[in-house]
Amino acid sequence: MSRDRASRRLPVIITLVVGLMLAIMPLPDAVRSLRPDWLALLMIFWAIQLPRTWSVGTAWIVGIVLDVAYGTLLGQHALALCVVVFVTVRLHLLMRVFPLLQLTATVFALLALYQFILFWINGVAGVSSPSITYWGPVIAGTLIWPPVYLFMSGIRYRSRSGG
Amino acid sequence: MVASRGNNTNPARIPALGIRVIVLIIISILVMYFDHRENHLDGIRRAIGAAVYPVRIAVDAPSRLWRWLDESTTSRNDLELELGRLKAERLLTNARLQRLTALESENARLRALLEARNRVRDEVRVAEIIANDANAYEHNLVIGIGSRDGVYDGQAIVDADGVVGQVIETGIMTAQAILISDPDHAVPVVVNRNGLRTIAFGTGEFDRLELPFLPNNADIRAGDLLVTSGLGGAFPAGYPVAVVDFVTRMPQEPFADVTATPAAALDQIREVMLIWSTPAASEEETE
Repeated sequence: MSRDRASRRLPVIITLVVGLMLAIMPLPDAVRSLRPDWLALLMIFWAIQLPRTWSVGTAWIVGIVLDVAYGTLLGQHALALCVVVFVTVRLHLLMRVFPLLQLTATVFALLALYQFILFWINGVAGVSSPSITYWGPVIAGTLIWPPVYLFMSGIRYRSRSGG
Repeated sequence: MVASRGNNTNPARIPALGIRVIVLIIISILVMYFDHRENHLDGIRRAIGAAVYPVRIAVDAPSRLWRWLDESTTSRNDLELELGRLKAERLLTNARLQRLTALESENARLRALLEARNRVRDEVRVAEIIANDANAYEHNLVIGIGSRDGVYDGQAIVDADGVVGQVIETGIMTAQAILISDPDHAVPVVVNRNGLRTIAFGTGEFDRLELPFLPNNADIRAGDLLVTSGLGGAFPAGYPVAVVDFVTRMPQEPFADVTATPAAALDQIREVMLIWSTPAASEEETE
């Protein structure tokens, strides 16, 4: 039982670590504002697929790690990710049967919510917030969602048949 | 309670999700409050930072490998050229250094005459940059030494050409630094030519600083070197910060529009130097 559990958790943990690497990877100036929120995408995916094991608690921990990695206010990403994953878990049955286009539109809304919460906290904390490029990650995340979704589904079903 | 019992009867619902999310949101808000108001959470930050350190190393590995390959496959010819260039540079620097030693002793003598406190030389240490650009609106760096090596918050960071920034957060083996080009950063400077004091603000662009508080009649012009003034205590005095490149005076505006280019190439540095200011200097600033 516990071995079965471990083998089911491993893919999630590995993808989250890879997501963290992508999130802090140095990028050239020009494409920096188009970096998708990888961990938000991954947490949305796992919250749709395995909402019992990976929901708001995991999201909160991932968010805190992100806050430390980015040097932002401790709790900022944690709060945003937590809320986004909460909404995802609430809608997970619906999102599972959505066609890909509709799912992508929902993910766009979730990413916009995520970025808006970050934006709002920045505003309250008095951190200078930027121009239109601030919303770049939302667009980039939405565009990258379909390939990420298909790739992650591949991982998920392979690991399921293996375990 | 009623709601959660209702949830349990539905197999698709996750038990107590709503309560959990509310508790986590409250915790987040409390954590943010304490992090924002006072720095009680540095220990937690440091611990998580240490856990993230291997990931940073892994992310940096490809570019490290590339640099290593690049260095180890440089041709002999290139090496000889570089060696020649470095020798010439060393000769020049040495010559300049000789004059500097004489000037330094002369300065000390004059200061003694004026009964001013002796300015002791700053200690420096080289650190490697292991990550940069954490996000697009803050210009941050992560350097490879931390509190284990005596790095402290607020410490000044320079490179061979000029001021780079200062430490804002010290981990055990890493430290996070803010660049002078960050929109939230300001550094007190003086114009080297005439001692005019002002403040240089970051703009969010690596190659531009702004000096917003200079009146129209201020004696400043393109080409002036700005050096740290040592006021405010964060940066030791006398390090080059930037060179003024445009001064636009508009008669109807109270302040001139002055921009400057940082002396250090902020987006190209690989190594930086951390400065340990001497106790004498820190005493001066508390007085």
